[in-house]
Amino acid sequence: MEQTVAPSVSFEVDRSQYKHWKLSIDGHIATIAMDVREDAGLRPQAYKLKLNSYDLGVDIELADVLQRLRFEHPEVHAVVLTSLKPRIFCAGANIFMLGSSSHGFKVNFCKFTNETRLGMEDMSATSGIKFLAAVNGICAGGGYELALACDEILLVDDGSASVGLPETPLLGVLPGTGGLTRVVDKRKVRRDLADDFSTLTEGVRGKRAVDGRFVDAVYPTSKFQEAVAKHAQALAAKSDRPASGPGITLGPLSPSIDGDTIHYKYVKGTIDRARRTCDLTISAPDSPQPQSGDDYLKAGDSSWALRAFREFDDLLLRLRLNEPEIGTVIVRATGDADAVVAVDQVLHDHASHWAVREIIGLIRRTLKRMDLTSRSFFALIEPGNAFAGTLFELALAADRAYMIDHPDEDNTIRLSVMNGGAYPMSNGLSRLQVRFLGEPESVDEALAHDGPFDAQEALDAGLVFSAPDDIDWDDEVRMAIEARAAFSPDALTGMEANLRFAGPETMETKIFGRLTAWQNWIFQRPNAVGEKGALMTYGREGRPQFDFKRT
Amino acid sequence: MISAERIPNNVGLSSDKRLLRALEHWQPAYLDWWREMGPPGFQDSHQVYLRTAVSVDAAGWAHFDYVKLPEYRWGIFLAEPTHDRRIGFGDFKGQPVWQEVPGEFRNQLRRLIVIQGDTEPASVEQQRSLGAHCPSLYDLRNLFQVNVEEGRHLWAMVYMLHSYFGRDGREEAEALLERRSGNDDTPRMLEAFNEPIDTWLDFFAFTMFTDRDGKSQLLSLSESSLDPLARTTRFMLTEEAHHMFVGESGMGRIMERTCQLLKQSGYSGDVRKAGGIDLPLIQKFVNFWFSQSLDLHGSEVSSNAASYFSNGLKGRAEEDKFDDDHVLAANMYMLDMIDDSGRIIRQEVPMRNALNEVLRDWYVGDCQAGVDRWNKRILEAAGMSDRIALPSRKFNRKVGVYAGRHFDPFGNQLAPEEWERKKYEWLPSPEDKKYLHSIQVTPVYKPGQFANYIAAPQRGINRQPIDFEYVRTEA
Ligand SMILES: [Fe+2]
Ligand SMILES: [Fe+2]
Repeated sequence: MEQTVAPSVSFEVDRSQYKHWKLSIDGHIATIAMDVREDAGLRPQAYKLKLNSYDLGVDIELADVLQRLRFEHPEVHAVVLTSLKPRIFCAGANIFMLGSSSHGFKVNFCKFTNETRLGMEDMSATSGIKFLAAVNGICAGGGYELALACDEILLVDDGSASVGLPETPLLGVLPGTGGLTRVVDKRKVRRDLADDFSTLTEGVRGKRAVDGRFVDAVYPTSKFQEAVAKHAQALAAKSDRPASGPGITLGPLSPSIDGDTIHYKYVKGTIDRARRTCDLTISAPDSPQPQSGDDYLKAGDSSWALRAFREFDDLLLRLRLNEPEIGTVIVRATGDADAVVAVDQVLHDHASHWAVREIIGLIRRTLKRMDLTSRSFFALIEPGNAFAGTLFELALAADRAYMIDHPDEDNTIRLSVMNGGAYPMSNGLSRLQVRFLGEPESVDEALAHDGPFDAQEALDAGLVFSAPDDIDWDDEVRMAIEARAAFSPDALTGMEANLRFAGPETMETKIFGRLTAWQNWIFQRPNAVGEKGALMTYGREGRPQFDFKRT
Repeated sequence: MISAERIPNNVGLSSDKRLLRALEHWQPAYLDWWREMGPPGFQDSHQVYLRTAVSVDAAGWAHFDYVKLPEYRWGIFLAEPTHDRRIGFGDFKGQPVWQEVPGEFRNQLRRLIVIQGDTEPASVEQQRSLGAHCPSLYDLRNLFQVNVEEGRHLWAMVYMLHSYFGRDGREEAEALLERRSGNDDTPRMLEAFNEPIDTWLDFFAFTMFTDRDGKSQLLSLSESSLDPLARTTRFMLTEEAHHMFVGESGMGRIMERTCQLLKQSGYSGDVRKAGGIDLPLIQKFVNFWFSQSLDLHGSEVSSNAASYFSNGLKGRAEEDKFDDDHVLAANMYMLDMIDDSGRIIRQEVPMRNALNEVLRDWYVGDCQAGVDRWNKRILEAAGMSDRIALPSRKFNRKVGVYAGRHFDPFGNQLAPEEWERKKYEWLPSPEDKKYLHSIQVTPVYKPGQFANYIAAPQRGINRQPIDFEYVRTEA
């Protein structure tokens, strides 16, 4: 089968034009109902999205729905995830889409869907929005993984509805969005039962599903809606979100795109195709910013903290999916560093306000997205930079930070309260903690430092990698970037992913570090994608033929 | 204890510990199901003149006697084995057939068997109200014959589950008795088996068209590489033939009566005024049940169908009549598909993916032969110019590429409004159903008598006279 390059994908969705989901809100409960349009996939000629199977387009809409619930609907305290298709909840990622996608696309697709599922768990843990999967039909593979991302799973007991992870027996791959990890880590299913479960093409239903802890409860069809409503109310009752609006409406970002430059209000990206780099600049606030939670509400989607990181997030996603050959991202922060520190102080002081909490959450998830982006990031800290507080997290997230030690011009960085743990990485630690894993005292020293760090101080404190002077700077930086660009992109991806996440494991790190890595390996192997591989023969030319050597 | 004697069989039941243990639990549950969901009012106080299979040879498979329904001897039979049978199609073609289920295909096979098994008790449940409205004792007996044999077909599938699928199989066998046709909480698996069949015209059309889908499926399963499954289904086909006879002759007798009534009125009157069923109404039932049964064959393009064939689990009907390599690795099939703008386009798809449609081809041919017989032997013979016709395959479909769009019986696409306006010209309307209910209010329980809307059959069952007391109340 030929592998098609995906068309350029946009991650912005017009909320009035969801194709695959129906959002309805009743009191404190939002219902997100899956109703995938078969003929409205991203590549409708190549595959049909049958049985509520999904592709990236479906998931982009889901991510958008979730984002809008966070910001636009403070009155929503719990979400019911269900399906409008009779007897089908969701059949998972579309197999023919996977079979006809390039490796890079598959990896990015899985990464994005993983981030969206983890985003749901993030909402449950930090936003006061709990999730209930109302599984009203067959729920397989990615469908079950979607349910697993919810706090509770209710399954209809009609003799046919089941939950299952048939990837291994049916397709010769793994469930790609955290299914295996969540079964044992989150739902704490016993290992041998999980092993059996993961080899069943048909999954389990009814009492067996409850006994194995694969779902929380089953109800007959006639009682199902009532049970769903009851459980959803109970979940909603745990929320600390406000009883009613207003929320913050998220308008379109509308970047202007001119050739290889994309320009948002605070973020700008310029691609240099010859060097395979992207110059990414994020600028500090240039106008008065909100001073309280209610100010943030009034500012809507125009506050710098919200706007700048939405833009940054969008740019990261576009880079990942649409620009696979741009291997190195050169990050700069420019503008008034004091303004960033001032914003940080307000965010910190009003962190218990729901809207501020959401903005901090959005920044946290965006920074995680950067951690998980398989590109080399180099931060360049030059005079006029705004690497302070929240923006300094970008330098901490980068693989290396270079800072000019300039004899004549002022060039400093600053930390703020927000560097002390407001934006944990997926392993649960702050970027400073991960950076100084071998010297924990350095975290407190850096945070206790009074005022800005000049280049020498930053170097001494271990906050930057290198501090060349103005004479060496150009060459030093140029050579670092050129050397980087010459390495094997695969080795770099693996190397960076291994170095970025020192410290403890969490379910999240396992999903990306173990599950995804294995899945990506399997996706490359002839047993999956060779001419007679399981993914290629599925539903087409008979049985797969395996090379039975274990690796 | 299970008595192998009460359960006629040729599978060595009395020495089969596994099967005995499984039936120990299942058989009482089956009888409970039969009492609860079988024909109400005819369980204990009636004797029915029924055919029971007591062995698979010519003398044994049709043993006739009076029997109370719950005492019917449901048995387990496999057709005689074929010596050195080889797999006839798919990727394993030419290898010896399997006597045990290969672990690799266990799930797929189980699913095929469960889906087939689920339809058998479902139809008994669907038809349970008909006994109180029968047009004759002859027809009542035929209804019960179909019912007990559908029960036996359930036994046949349960035998497969018990013998070859371990604990999962036993659980599935239990679940077959727990689902209920038309019940919102525990519906039967296929949609067509959740609609009640509450008029006799529905019953005859169902046995004509939907039991014939059963025949399609059984024919394709009788090709299976799993030899016991092939042999079980081959024996079921002999019984299925009678069900289709009931359907075809039942509808034929209604047409015959309609012709008589028309003739009596000088071909001018409204047949309904004379208590008959007009031909256009019969045509509507043909349209409805035929299209419903087309859906049961599944989607035109299906990866499941491809995989069932490749793996040798389910062949084409009468596989050896196909003049090709029976592997179909590179063969293509032309199909009417619908493009994004809704236009019909001819499109080539890999044959393996089109096997549902191939089976549907066989099915349509088999239905057409039955319709031709009606037209020739009844309508033409009565000097009528009207004919019954099968609607287009695109008409009234809920499954497959034509689902979600509207077509008239000739295959012309219609706008949704037009369909809404015209659908009752082609499908039974609530008024039509009301009329049919009105003519079957009073059941006919007197030997030799027939309701006004249906002609007597040509001959009785097992050479008995037509006025034989096919169902008698126990003295
Ligand atoms: Fe049957
Ligand atoms: Fe039948």
